[in-house]
Parts: sequence; C-alpha cells; structure tokens
Amino acid sequence: MQAFAFEPCELPPGADALRTEVRAFLDAEAADILVPARARSWVGFDAEFSRKLGDRGWLGMTWPEPWGQDRSALERYVVIEELLAAGAPVAAHWIAERQSGPLILRFGTDEQRAQLLPGIAAGETYFCIGMSEPDSGSDLASIRSKAEPAEVGGEKGWVVNGRKVWTTYAQHSHYMIALLRTGEAGENRHGGTTQFVIDLATPGVTVQPIRNMIGDEEFNEVTFDDVFVPAGMLVGEEGNGWRQVTAELSFERSGPDRFLSAFALLKALVHVAGENPSDMAAAAIGRLHAHLTTLRAMSLSVAAQLDAGAEPALEAAFVKDLGVMFEQSIPEIAHQVIGASPRIDHGDDFEQVLAYVQQACVSFSLRGGTTEIMRGVIARGLGLR
Amino acid sequence: MNEERIMIAETCERLFAAHLDAEVFRTAEAGRFPHGLWDAITENGLDRILVPEAQGGSGLGWEDAHVVLLAAGRHAAPVPLAEAIAAGGLLGQLPDGIVTLGTSGADPEMVRVPWGRDAGHMLVSDADDGLRCVSLDGAAITRDRNIGRDPRDGVVVEGLVTGNMGVDQVHAAGALVRSCQMAGAVSAVLDLCVTYTNERVQFGRPIGRFQAIQQQLAVMAGEAAAAGVAARAACRMVDAGGNIIAAAATAKIRTGEAAGKAANIAHQVHGAIGFTDEYRLHHLTRRLWAWRSEFGAESNWAGLLGRLVAARGADKLWPDLTDG
Repeated sequence: MQAFAFEPCELPPGADALRTEVRAFLDAEAADILVPARARSWVGFDAEFSRKLGDRGWLGMTWPEPWGQDRSALERYVVIEELLAAGAPVAAHWIAERQSGPLILRFGTDEQRAQLLPGIAAGETYFCIGMSEPDSGSDLASIRSKAEPAEVGGEKGWVVNGRKVWTTYAQHSHYMIALLRTGEAGENRHGGTTQFVIDLATPGVTVQPIRNMIGDEEFNEVTFDDVFVPAGMLVGEEGNGWRQVTAELSFERSGPDRFLSAFALLKALVHVAGENPSDMAAAAIGRLHAHLTTLRAMSLSVAAQLDAGAEPALEAAFVKDLGVMFEQSIPEIAHQVIGASPRIDHGDDFEQVLAYVQQACVSFSLRGGTTEIMRGVIARGLGLR
Repeated sequence: MNEERIMIAETCERLFAAHLDAEVFRTAEAGRFPHGLWDAITENGLDRILVPEAQGGSGLGWEDAHVVLLAAGRHAAPVPLAEAIAAGGLLGQLPDGIVTLGTSGADPEMVRVPWGRDAGHMLVSDADDGLRCVSLDGAAITRDRNIGRDPRDGVVVEGLVTGNMGVDQVHAAGALVRSCQMAGAVSAVLDLCVTYTNERVQFGRPIGRFQAIQQQLAVMAGEAAAAGVAARAACRMVDAGGNIIAAAATAKIRTGEAAGKAANIAHQVHGAIGFTDEYRLHHLTRRLWAWRSEFGAESNWAGLLGRLVAARGADKLWPDLTDG
C-alpha cells in the first residue's frame, strides 16, 4: 500500500467566475508590467498592488469571519495561481498572507488575531520569517537565538538576543515570526523552541540587507540585541515551536508558487518558438507542458487535502521537489532549444527573462527546505531509516 | 477512491496473486499463451469493464478501468488485457475471443500487433480515423517479441489500409492504457525497492538507512506519484468527454519519463540481484521499457502536444491549461 495519496481535486462551483474576476482585475491593474518584471512575480514588491488585492477581499479570504470571508482554500488557490501566472508583484503581502496569518489564526491568541490579521487582510501589514541562522540552515533544530523571560518597566515578557539570516524582505516588513530557543532541545532535538511575533520597529533590532548574486536586495540579516518582546506576543505554546513550524511549512511547500516561479520563461519560450516550432522545440514544449499539467493536478490535490484539515506533509514534499526540478529544467531546455546568449541590459524579453530565471532558479531548491531535506522527508515517509 | 474502485482493486489483486507466478511468466515469455490467467480475467469480466451492460460488459468508465490497468501493470501481467479494455472502450462491444489493437509501424504494409498470433480480431483506425475491427483469420503473422518478451507480431491483412498517422484514436487509446500500466508498474517497482533496501544489510545496517539510497528512492517515489496522477487525470478527462488524443499525450509523456527513471534507480539500488533472472524486478522493468515506446514514445507525443500548444500561442498557454 502506498504511503501517499493524490486524490483528484474538483474546483468548487464559482471558481470559474472568480477566475474571470481575477483576470479582469489583472487586465486593469497589471497590464503595464513589463515582461522581464513579470519573471520576478513573487519577489516583486509593490505595496500599492497588495493594498488593491486587499480591497478586493483576496487576502486572507479563507479565514473565518470577522478576519476573512470563510471561502475555501481552493478559491484562494485560483486567485494566487492567476496572480502568479500573470507575474503580478505579490511579494509585499506574500509571506504574511500565506504563512503568518494562517499561523496566527491557528495558534495565536484572540488579541494577536485582532491586532494583526486585519492589517494582513488589507494588504498593509507585512511579515518575514525568522527561521535560519548563520549556523543553522537545514539543521533548523540547532538554532541558538534565544528568548529569555524578563520584566521591563513592570511589563512581563521576553528579551531576545541572536541573529536570523536569509530573511526575505525583512527591510520592508513590519513583523517577524521568529523561531527562538526558550529551553533545552531534549533527546529528539526538537524541544525547547518557541515562536514569537517581533515588531521590527522595537529598539535593538537591526536589519541589514544581504545583496544576492543577481544584485538584488531581497534577503537580510536581522540582529536582535536585548530586544524586548511583550508576553502577549508568544505564538502558540512555549516549547511547541518545532511542531508549529512543521505545520506551517506544508503551506509553503505545495502551493502554485512551487511550480510557477519560472512560468514567465516557459511562456517566453513558447513565444520565441513561434507557431511552427522546430521538432526539437515542439518536443521540449510538449514535455514541459505535460509536467506542468501534472504538477498542477498534484498541487491542487494537496490544496484540497489541506482544506479538508489533513496534514499532507509527504505529498507537499513531492510537489516541492518535483516542482523545483521542473522549474530548474526550463532554463536548461531554453538553452538547448533556442541557444540565446542573454543580455541583461538591452536584451529582448526572452533574453532578459532567461537571464533572470537562470540565476534565480538556483535558489528554488534551497528556499523552504533544500532538495536534500525534502528527499529526506520523502524517504522517511516511505518507511526508510 | 470510492468503494467500487476499492473492490475492483481487491478483486484484481486476488486474481493476479492466484494466477500469476514465476512459472506463468516463464512459459508466457517463452511464447505459450497463459490460458489459466486469461480465463480468470475474462470470467471476472475485467476485459469488458468499459463495455456497456447491454452489450455484456460492466458499463464503467475509464477512471474505473484505470484501477484494473494499474493492477495489470503492478503485476506485469503477460496478457492482452489492456488491449481488450481499450478496444471495448472504443467499440462499445467486444467480439468473442481475444481482441487486440493494431498500431502502425515503420512498414505501412504491416501492422504491429500485441498478441497478434493469439488474437481473433484486431482494432485499427482507418485512413479517416474511423474504427475497423478486423478478423485476423488468414492474416500473415510474423512472430516477434518486445523487451518484456510479450508477443509483438507483424500482421499483414490483405487490403487493409490503416491510418498510419500515429495520432489516431486507436493509437491514443493504446497510449492511454500503456500509461496506466506504467503507473502501476512504477508503483510496484517502488514497493519492491523499499522492501529490499529495508532488508538488505551492508556495512552493518540496512542499505535503506544510507542517504545515498534514500535520496534516489525519494526521486523514484516522486516519479511514481506523478505517473499515478498523470494516468488517472487522463482517464478522468476522457470520462468527462475530453479529447482522447490530448489526454493520452500528457499521460504517455509523463508516465514514460517516470518509467525510465524508476527502472534505472530500481536496478541501481538492487545491485546484482536485480540483474538476475530469478529476482522478479525485471518482469516489471523490462515491460516498463517496452511500454514506454509502444503506441508512441514520449518524443512523438511531446512533439504532437508541443505543436498543439505552439499553434495556440503563448498567450493561450495559461488559459488553456486552467479552462480545460
């Protein structure tokens, strides 16, 4: 008997109408975005665009009232896959809406919900994730940044010291959800960590952008030097950080962002290949299309399982691993089929998109869990080790 | 899966477990038709699963038939069950005796036919992609086998003109059933590998504890998952009235690629035992390689699909994918 299941997913009634609405919105609000910028999609930061999505009710739409509209995860799926396929700039609200909001909703207090969720749903409050540290990458359980109980000016809380790295858009975020050490790890190494919401405007927080190899400033180093965090900002249970983070990562690992990050390049490839492609180009496009169709069906199946309250961690790992391999194969195939040598200043759309994706795609198999970690998760799920 | 499909799957597992052992493989691959296995299949009506009840079948759909095809693939069944299911689905009835599918080969005079020597009838597409169920009485047969050592005979029927386009509906139905068989066989290969690597001890521990093995099996499992999804999605598409050629294209491309990767990894992690005649892995892997190229290799189907996509243009890529 197989350890995994991908039951087919039917989109709910109304999904078609919603899709039409989103496309009309994109025609109106995103028509002017140039093709090379579309390749960046979910690293494209545009607060105004996020606010417009909030106005339409498309952020936090699955959350219960009064925070959201109680719509299904599959309706949200339709919205985000349309945004990503169009290459709309969704980075500002992306992490807050995908991960932080659902985490606060599930594990947070009523006060945290009331304070934080309305801003996320409005597209105005942005979050970053504080997991990795300089000495803790894939080995997340080894984190050392710590929170210690303290009382400052009569207020109970925690004092945080340490450093987080690879923190995407910390320089534009209002809050970080940080995984911090609050106790001993214990024998399974998974104990003693706790999640906190940290207001990045608090004294003692320093955000230093780390320029990436493409020349962009997306990720950051965030240093905490005796930063006071009020007691009410602890998320969930003290010491339960590992389990909360694991649940959170299923959302990060199976969405359409896991196979649409290089969609702009596939589209550009189809465009350049033309109406009468060479045999080689036709075969390459056909193969990529078959992969994309299959990945989307798998990703939708995981979305339906998440919607039904299941925890499909193994299935999500498959989507991430296969999705990343697919995305990384696109520049490879583009080189084989078209043979362009991309210029990054004045190249045509195809050249610029290829140049960007070629460089960016090495990060696809690192973020949200490396390929090696994903495959370890899969192997464990298969009953190995 | 719904209850009916679970019951179909259990029936198939019991049937293959009871009627398919190493001896049946040995004699079948030596060219003797496995009548015991085949009779059990036809007595249970598995070959007529797509034939309407009024015509003596089960009247079920492709997604149900896909459960039978997965099982046939999992067991590498050396019988023309997939061919019969496809023929029944296209024709809506089945003549008595064994029915197979004809597919155009390099020689336009000769049709390549699974189990041509044993079959009474062969379904082919004619020049206008109409269906023709042709009697093989008196046909000239050139016996041959594929890598799976299943019969793949050259058949010449006097006066027969087939489509010979490689994209007719018989060809597509053949590709669809092969996709389902491959999905089943890849999942069986994965199970064999997990069991074997958990048992085989080297350097003082089961080799499945080594990351080098785990990483490879994780890749195989991903391929198995993708193949299963692709095959089933194609069957659902046909059930929903979709074009069988477009459905088959995606399934055959994706399952064929999974077949190749899974077979390679399976042999690597099994080591020398997997290369022996005695160990059963090769019943599956030899057929995976054979099925991968039958009724159109991935390159044929990818070229066809790629040209369809290109003709629609880049701006239709996403809408076509989501609106279909």
